[in-house]
Amino acid sequence: MRTVIFRTAAPYLASLMVLFSIFVLLRGHNEPGGGFIGGLIAASAIAIYGIACGVASVRRALYFHPMAISGFGLLLAALSGVLSVFFGVPFLTGLWATPHLFGVELDLSTVMFFDIGVYFVVVGAITSIGLALEERERG
Amino acid sequence: MAATESMNSIDTSAAMIAGPTQLADWLVLMPVVIPIVAGAVLLMARHEVRLHAMIAIGALGLAFAGAAGLLYRVVTEGTLVMTMGRWVPPFGISFSADALGATFATAATFVALAGAIFAIRDIDATGRRYGFYPFLLLMMAGVNGAFLTGDIFNLYVWFEVFVIASFGLLILGSEQRQLDGATKYAILNLVATTIFLVTTGMLYGTFGTLNMADIARKAPQLRESGPLMTIAALYLLAFGMKAAAFPLNFWLPASYHTPRIVTSALFGGLLTKVGIYALLRVFLTLMPVERGVLSELIAWLAAATMILGIMGALSQSDVRRIAGFVVISGIGVMLAGLALGSPVGVAGTVLYAVHSILVMTALYLLAGLMHEAGGSYSLHEVSGLYRSNPFLAAIALAVVLAASGLPPLSGLWPKVMLVKASVDGGAWWLAFAILLSGFLTTIALGRVFILAFWRNSPTAGDDSADFGGAGKARPGGYMVLGMLALPMIAIGVYPDPFMQLADVAAAGLLDPSGYIQAVFPGGGG
Repeated sequence: MRTVIFRTAAPYLASLMVLFSIFVLLRGHNEPGGGFIGGLIAASAIAIYGIACGVASVRRALYFHPMAISGFGLLLAALSGVLSVFFGVPFLTGLWATPHLFGVELDLSTVMFFDIGVYFVVVGAITSIGLALEERERG
Repeated sequence: MAATESMNSIDTSAAMIAGPTQLADWLVLMPVVIPIVAGAVLLMARHEVRLHAMIAIGALGLAFAGAAGLLYRVVTEGTLVMTMGRWVPPFGISFSADALGATFATAATFVALAGAIFAIRDIDATGRRYGFYPFLLLMMAGVNGAFLTGDIFNLYVWFEVFVIASFGLLILGSEQRQLDGATKYAILNLVATTIFLVTTGMLYGTFGTLNMADIARKAPQLRESGPLMTIAALYLLAFGMKAAAFPLNFWLPASYHTPRIVTSALFGGLLTKVGIYALLRVFLTLMPVERGVLSELIAWLAAATMILGIMGALSQSDVRRIAGFVVISGIGVMLAGLALGSPVGVAGTVLYAVHSILVMTALYLLAGLMHEAGGSYSLHEVSGLYRSNPFLAAIALAVVLAASGLPPLSGLWPKVMLVKASVDGGAWWLAFAILLSGFLTTIALGRVFILAFWRNSPTAGDDSADFGGAGKARPGGYMVLGMLALPMIAIGVYPDPFMQLADVAAAGLLDPSGYIQAVFPGGGG
């Protein structure tokens, strides 16, 4: 798949897809979307980049190992549940905070951080599998 | 954001638990959340292999403290429930720890801690980089989650968590025979979990709820109209496969001898017991009437598992394979208590499960130390260990006695309880099967002890200082085996508190009203 057209287009396509995946992730609170599907979109973006430019350049671009990204996601999800311990409510209860930043009201919730954690777990796990398969293929 | 406005416009207070959560209630989550968090940290620090063992042992120690605290609280104050996300059960997913779940979680975490310590020497840097400790921690999260959850679909999820983590542990090293064993293990386990999932779908279609306490209280009304018997039979199939009960136990002898010895030890100690736990929970708390109908079948399966399992052990010469068949035979003994369904029988099963978690792990670790000292797992090759490693021989004798159910170790009392329950229930042949399997276990493991320890090493004919091929096992392993032997001796010599605990757990299973009351304090929902 190393054609000039694909190789030229892939980085743009991949970055657009990552952007879209973040949009889907954040929209997921009340509308279709969320961490899982967003993570899948981001993982496909990384896979496209890998098919076009090779696994080595993907690993360089990611900087962190995909499994480490997964681990970070799992940690984030677990800790967003554990945060309830300080508020006297059960594990994984949705907690909300609305700080005002630069005149904008920002809704932050543990639910969102949990979803971001799911996003990272999916990105890391699927990318890890994808890259391993790709490497095997190239020999 | 639109989200907050719509949140504010709907009054959700009726669907939320009103009272504050006590800090002590978090005990129910500690055995699950701590391994998950530590596992995630280790995944992130996967190249810092030096830190892995330290973090994992610390986390498992903390989780064990949590499980022990949970057990104390559950025994003194009754079932502890926490429903996730503050949603009122059955809509929120409950974690409900009763004496049974807390006992199993405590024993399992203790054994995992011992395994993590043993792995310091057994798993090299490559194995750690492949993720031994993260897999171990995530497997423990799955096992403890299965023991503590109060929701049957959530139980399925925890099954998946520990099965997937166990795949990782099983193929650590990527040798050909490991992949061979892992394929059989993976396929048969996935078949079992699929049946579990399909059955849970049927159950949800029938009951409209997945909360175990809710199912338990709705079962009497649905018994006339719903296909409860079908659901029960399918659960018996799925969990029987997980627990390696005859005739669905092929996967265990095909796979358990292939991974690293500490992995074998943890699998043998923990994974089949989760199947037993699920059987106890489903058949005693949720569907006691269906268990009564199936009891004859379960009794025959129990007897067949016991006798055929241990006959497999008699035919083997590899110590690890022998241990695998002894695990299967023990599953049969535990099924006997489930078949009887009397308080003494169920208590016997609970106590036997705790004993089995400890002793099967110890048996595999012992095999590992024998390999270290004698250079082989085969009984044809190992000999003369009594001379070269007298301390190992002493521990080996204790493990053999415990696994065979001989005094003064932990195997005796649960078997006494089960035999008594069988005789009380009029099932003489089941009592005979238990005693016969104990006798055959004594022969099978006695053979290991005689051949590997008592038999003189063929190369050391005289009393020279040279012990032939036999080397020394390193002392770190003794410590771990000693750590496992302590509770075994405690149960054997001073069984009263353990028997009382098993009685409490059995009583909670046979009369689930306390369990239901804890999940639905108002009686509503």
